[in-house]
Amino acid sequence: MRELTDTPSGGLGWLDAAGPEAEIVLSTRIRLARNLQGYGFSARAGAVDRQAVYERVRQAADEIPQLRGGVLVPIPALRQRARQLLLERHLVSRELVGGAENTPPPFAALLLGTPESLGVMVNEEDHLRLQSLLSGLRLHEAWELIDGLDSALAERLPYAFHPEFGFLTSCPTNVGTGLRASVLVHLPGLVLTQEIGKVLQAIAQVGLTFRGLHGEGSEVVGNFFQISNQTTLGQAEDELIDHLQKMVQQVIQYERRARGVLLRDAPEVIKDKVWRAYGLLRYARALSLDEVMNLSSGLRLGISLKLLPGPSVLTLNQILVFSQLAHLEQMTGRALAAPEVDAVRADYVRRLLEADAAPASGAADPEP
Amino acid sequence: MQCESCGGDDAVIRYTHIEKNEKRTLHLCQACAAARGVEPDGEPAPAPLSDFLAQMGKSLSEPSPAGGVCPSCGLTLAEFKRSGRLGCTTCYTHFAPQLRALLRRLHGGTQHMGKAFVAPGPTSERPLTRLLNLRRSLQRAVEREEFERAAALRDQIRRLEEESAPIGEDA
Repeated sequence: MRELTDTPSGGLGWLDAAGPEAEIVLSTRIRLARNLQGYGFSARAGAVDRQAVYERVRQAADEIPQLRGGVLVPIPALRQRARQLLLERHLVSRELVGGAENTPPPFAALLLGTPESLGVMVNEEDHLRLQSLLSGLRLHEAWELIDGLDSALAERLPYAFHPEFGFLTSCPTNVGTGLRASVLVHLPGLVLTQEIGKVLQAIAQVGLTFRGLHGEGSEVVGNFFQISNQTTLGQAEDELIDHLQKMVQQVIQYERRARGVLLRDAPEVIKDKVWRAYGLLRYARALSLDEVMNLSSGLRLGISLKLLPGPSVLTLNQILVFSQLAHLEQMTGRALAAPEVDAVRADYVRRLLEADAAPASGAADPEP
Repeated sequence: MQCESCGGDDAVIRYTHIEKNEKRTLHLCQACAAARGVEPDGEPAPAPLSDFLAQMGKSLSEPSPAGGVCPSCGLTLAEFKRSGRLGCTTCYTHFAPQLRALLRRLHGGTQHMGKAFVAPGPTSERPLTRLLNLRRSLQRAVEREEFERAAALRDQIRRLEEESAPIGEDA
């Protein structure tokens, strides 16, 4: 198997901004939780069980086209920064890289498939967490991808399955389909018009839930929300996905309407906000991550409302991932301490915006 | 900032609501906001599981017919209540009566409706399960008028039928 650095984009294909609704939807992710019969679930599994699970999955992966040409990353063998890089790229969960204590569980591993939008976390909370991650709003496509991988694995592994309860999981909140589908949406219009509370309430009422950018328990920052299904049992996979798709489309409509209201009622305020955000990101000499997130949210809005001629959504997506700590450390090749990291981040963001600036020069300002 | 409800000086939440068709914004402290049913900004929705587990403390403390310990992994109901995690496949059958109550609250039911799984083995059932899964997906795709997807599924089904037919004949 190959190294992660050999893959076409290091598992970052979901950043390409090429998916449908890319102006509002950053990415679509589906994960399936699966366990193997005859081995303790992760919370109670000893090293022997964990190793056996790891070996069985590794062997199965060798026989499956979607995984054979991929990358196997044993997490405990990685250095701290490399683990953090995977986390910042949304390829692994916090739990897989060891959570707050920074000790990854024994025999924890990531299998990155081909296409690399497919992956499997091994020995996470469940023995297997299959995931597919695509740019834009592509729930059905993500489901087909992961469904194929799941069926291939099911022919080689003794999944824990119960005729009544479905696929058995460590936590009863995931049992049944084991499916969690989530869509990462950018909703500055609803936040600025203070409509977001109502929308989030409505989401909860129809059996969906929301989180911040970085998953469970994370704060909402940069106006990013992850909307996902709450229940996993009692409905078929494509019913769960259809429902989420419909609701997300409605949220997108509300967001578009809110943006329209902003443009109609407060065009000068919004224009100023957007250009200020651009100015700060382009010229500041020290930027915290939260600042970058919030300012780039302004840029993202400005581009979508055509108030700003650039940068591209791809550049903004890159900023989102590459201005995180481990990526900055990787770029500079050394550990970065508190005050310096903000300077390095500002430097990186500035260079990226400069490179993307040809159309965004002062002359392109619609009102000179 | 002062809380506009109780007058304390720790207003941390801006509470916007509609009163008689007029939008009003109040600055509130944590307690006054909570009294209006508002969670602090940015806090994730409370994990439903811990609430449910707390509520069902009573049913969990009743011993299950076969005893309160999973015979396979040794997990006790008390441990499950604390951690919210089950220990192994057998836990689901051993604690089935208690789990049904929990699953009904979490998911609104207990019967799985999605993909089925048949243990891998040298039986002819495997392609059959896949076929059944595919046929169900096809039916749904047609119902939703997703004809492109339906066509792809139909092709997959045909391929599978062709692949499995000769095996059946040989056997």
